[in-house]
Amino acid sequence: MTEIQQAAPLLRVNELHVYYGAIHAIKGISLEVYENEIVTLIGANGAGKSTTLNTIAGLLKPRQGTVELNGAVISGLGASKIVPKGLSLCPEGRRIFQQMTVRENLEMGAFTRTPGEIPASLEEMFQRFPRLKEREKQIAGTLSGGEQQMLAMARALMSRPRLLMLDEPSMGLAPILVEQIFDIVKELHDTGVTILLVEQNAQMALAVADRAYVMETGTITMQGPAQELLHNDAVQKAYLGS
Amino acid sequence: MIFLDNLINGLSLGSIYAIIALGYTMVYGIAKMLNFAHGDVIMIGAYIAFCGLQYWGLPPVVAILVAMAVCTLLGVTIEGLAYRPLRQAASLAVLITAIGMSYLLQNIALMIWGANPKSFPRTFINNSILRLGGLSMSSATVFTILTNIVVMVVLNLFISHTKLGKAMRCVSEDRGAAELMGIKVNRTISATFAIGSALAAIAGVLLCSSYPILQPTTGSMPGIKAFTAAVFGGIGSIPGAMLGGVLLGVIEIFGKAYISTELGDALVFAVLIVVLLVKPTGLLGKPVREKV
Ligand SMILES: Nc1ncnc2c1ncn2[C@@H]1O[C@H](COP(=O)(O)OP(=O)(O)O)[C@@H](O)[C@H]1O
Ligand SMILES: [Mg+2]
Repeated sequence: MTEIQQAAPLLRVNELHVYYGAIHAIKGISLEVYENEIVTLIGANGAGKSTTLNTIAGLLKPRQGTVELNGAVISGLGASKIVPKGLSLCPEGRRIFQQMTVRENLEMGAFTRTPGEIPASLEEMFQRFPRLKEREKQIAGTLSGGEQQMLAMARALMSRPRLLMLDEPSMGLAPILVEQIFDIVKELHDTGVTILLVEQNAQMALAVADRAYVMETGTITMQGPAQELLHNDAVQKAYLGS
Repeated sequence: MIFLDNLINGLSLGSIYAIIALGYTMVYGIAKMLNFAHGDVIMIGAYIAFCGLQYWGLPPVVAILVAMAVCTLLGVTIEGLAYRPLRQAASLAVLITAIGMSYLLQNIALMIWGANPKSFPRTFINNSILRLGGLSMSSATVFTILTNIVVMVVLNLFISHTKLGKAMRCVSEDRGAAELMGIKVNRTISATFAIGSALAAIAGVLLCSSYPILQPTTGSMPGIKAFTAAVFGGIGSIPGAMLGGVLLGVIEIFGKAYISTELGDALVFAVLIVVLLVKPTGLLGKPVREKV
């Protein structure tokens, strides 16, 4: 750990403040993600996790503070300019294009890449998610919840991100599918993708992550190695229900 | 025979409505706004084509292309100057801006070309009468129907197969998710206005080829009827605009022929009201899913 952390972080969030009109949703949070880490951001509903990811991805503009990717400031660029820099968000609620086919959804994920590179990436996704291959021509809106989540993750991977942010990938899925999703997260990590994972399922998130941040009403209240937080009394009381 | 005559005239008028309705429906689907100035872009397109033919001595095809280019530029400019700054504003503010833009265009036309109606020149589009069996019809009628078919086919291919077309579908479905794909939303919306406005120029020329009187208010009534057609077919739906436009044209002509000339227009709107009562999303509209 210590060795990795001496390098410059892949993602650095610095004193970020985000507002919805007059609502102060994010109150000066800072966090880092280093290359090859899985970092998880946990917290109760409404803590500001999605707002944080959406701001990093460029869908929201921070009022104060910066986001740096690989040392370059990306806050203020807007989402469409951030994607080609190697950061991809698989948003909460999946938000796949319901009226497009599975294949079209994947192709849209590679929107900023040169057309020649797309077939190889498609093949790669179909290998990792064989279910999507079977449903290639199907309209995405007709997929089951688990399949839609896989499609959303595959679509986010089609831009070949260095950092993949996942916002509650296990939301609304049956326990067996939740396990499958976490297995995929581990596999992705093994192939060299750095991951920032937002979860309400704190138990499982802490189990796969290297480090974790705990968020409460717009601020980060705890941080540290995931194993430590997993056994921390306060975290257990608040998020692990024991 | 009279029935067939009416049907063909209805299809022709409906084709014009359909081409105009495409502009309304695409802009609504992608930018989520009603561009009430769209009808007036048609009028500007018709005036430019008129000038090309009458004053600048351009060949008809060139005059049409110039009109399309000017309208494209006009549409993109209107979007950039008037609508883009209001992207986050309440939809009522955008609507009022669009209505203001409509009056602005009409008054600019009044300033440049005056209030006196101009008579639209004859071109290859409307200079002959075609006879087919016992039917005789203006070439403009046939030309309009054919143009509509070509526009529909090309637009469908464009939307389903090109990168820009797919980007438009994404923005239409989920603007935020589209941005996360790296799609530039503003540029996509501009392109939508460009296409809608180029089609408006074509509609303007077709309209004035069949009904050759051109004045600053020429675009208003067809604009409103085409908007009706778009809602009738299901606003936001491209096949809906095509179907709604053509049906509306046929209903209008048959209404005028068999029921009452005076009530023809009223009938069009009566049909709209009935359809919306029975199916609020229009003929091919998708039920609106409210975002949570
Ligand atoms: N679009 C919005 N407009 C206004 N307030 C919002 C909006 N989205 C989220 N919020 C508020 O911001 C806070 C953080 O929300 P969110 O980031 O979605 O939390 P989380 O993802 O941790 O559940 C909540 O209080 C929520 O009500
Ligand atoms: Mg959330």
